[in-house]
Amino acid sequence: MRADRYHHLVVTLLILLLAVPIVATLLYSLAQRWEATILPEGITLSWYWQLWQDSRFLTAFGHSLLVCVGTLLLSTIIIVPAVFVVFYRFPSLDRWMNILILLPFAMPPVVASVGLLQLFAGGPLPLVGTPWILVGCYFTIALPFMYRSLANSLQALNVRDLMDAAYLLGASTPRAFLNVILPNLRKGLMASLFLSFSFLLGEFVFANILVGSRYETLQVYLYSMRATSGHFTSAVVTSYFLFTLVLTWFATRFGRQD
Amino acid sequence: MKTTLSSPLSVPVGVTTARAPRLRYWRAALLLTPMFAMLLLFCLAPMGWVVIHSLQSDDGLTLGHFKEILGSPFYLQAFDNSLRISLYSSVIGLLVTLAGAASLRRVESRLKNAVVAFINMTSNLSGVPLAFAFIIIVGTNGALTLLFRQWGWLDDFHLYSRSGLILLYTYFQLPLGLLLLYPALDALDDHWQEAASLLGANHWAYWRHVGLPVLAPALLGTFILLFANAMGAYATAFALTAGNFNLVTVRIASLVSGNVYLEPNMAAALSVLLVALLALVTAMNQWLLKRSYHAR
Repeated sequence: MRADRYHHLVVTLLILLLAVPIVATLLYSLAQRWEATILPEGITLSWYWQLWQDSRFLTAFGHSLLVCVGTLLLSTIIIVPAVFVVFYRFPSLDRWMNILILLPFAMPPVVASVGLLQLFAGGPLPLVGTPWILVGCYFTIALPFMYRSLANSLQALNVRDLMDAAYLLGASTPRAFLNVILPNLRKGLMASLFLSFSFLLGEFVFANILVGSRYETLQVYLYSMRATSGHFTSAVVTSYFLFTLVLTWFATRFGRQD
Repeated sequence: MKTTLSSPLSVPVGVTTARAPRLRYWRAALLLTPMFAMLLLFCLAPMGWVVIHSLQSDDGLTLGHFKEILGSPFYLQAFDNSLRISLYSSVIGLLVTLAGAASLRRVESRLKNAVVAFINMTSNLSGVPLAFAFIIIVGTNGALTLLFRQWGWLDDFHLYSRSGLILLYTYFQLPLGLLLLYPALDALDDHWQEAASLLGANHWAYWRHVGLPVLAPALLGTFILLFANAMGAYATAFALTAGNFNLVTVRIASLVSGNVYLEPNMAAALSVLLVALLALVTAMNQWLLKRSYHAR
């Protein structure tokens, strides 16, 4: 009984610790003013009203959504067939892929951007300052999650038997892939897409160093607002946080079903 | 066994030419090329550029950049700050995480699931938003700062200092540590604690002789991920101090995108040292891991 109470106490403290910044930001974004009192004074939605009418914010948010959705579309088109090919035709490659997809992890984004900034500043691919370089970088961020998630789904399927059955019924390889394998990958794919989406929306380093204000994304906008009212930036943070919350909710929902 | 059974079937029914399977493999390999091309362009090529240029100066190959870094108090301070902040935040994070995860296993499953979902949610608060949230609470004019100052509780805490950064880093380590360590605690069999107490061990003796040794690999693995995460972190510190706090990642970024003077080769040399440091810590971790397995 005493041990039980101890464990509840620890878990409660943990929740409180983690919740303080989130709750404080939420309260701050709703407060008219908050100075040296336990609770804020004057509840208002005016900071949100101001934010959602700011065309610069809406543009930055639009840029972020465009880059993220674009990256995830490209990643899906490239990675899904590739993982299938690895599992169906070159199973021994999976071991190497697992090492290869760890590379983006081993290299902090700041380090990667040192090379990227020089390689894509001019020459045949002058991508620095355009959203296209972000699409490329974000592909390498999404790749490990998507590859692992799809590989796990494929491992659970009996790919060879499913394909053989489809062949017997007269399907070609692409058709068997589209009609038999792909529907089975949907849940894992969706879960990893929503997860990657929330990661990419929070990405700041590449966006700031490689592109900056030339194609302002949500995080770069947020950073540039640091000198304005804390209430206003809290409204940005809260809006962003609620958005990623919806994304992670979708991710867990899709992830749980299988 | 499986392949011999299914290989006759894997030839499509309609195809009879002998050349067809090989042709199809060719096409299958083609489907892999976009993925490898993207990795090459946006991961391997920048990596290669960094390694090559860390050794290059205007007049050929040199180790001069590394010599300059190791002889410069400014760069050494950056490494010192990065290492200290990463080490402290990882150790504190790991201790809080261990206590939290151990208790989380003991509460009823409905609460447990809700807490895990909540932790997942907080893992999204990182980088720039995290720095802003902390500025609001404990910044110079933060709500808690003003409150504590009024009550006379506040001694000498500055968010924009090393201790402030350790606080922030610890916060973003917690969700990651919890999500990594919580499943690993399942390695502990509940009966061991009962067995230990039957043999006369108290709570601490159980953890000292059974719990921690069994968890050692998981703890080491989690520590290394937290440490690497903190060493490579840039956004939080940059957003908090506008790049005025001397960290390795802040130095690298300001050498390639700052507005004073740009020295990409120097940034490359710093990057190589940073990654080498991470590799060294990982290797040490692997070595300890092997030893902990041998010990059992």
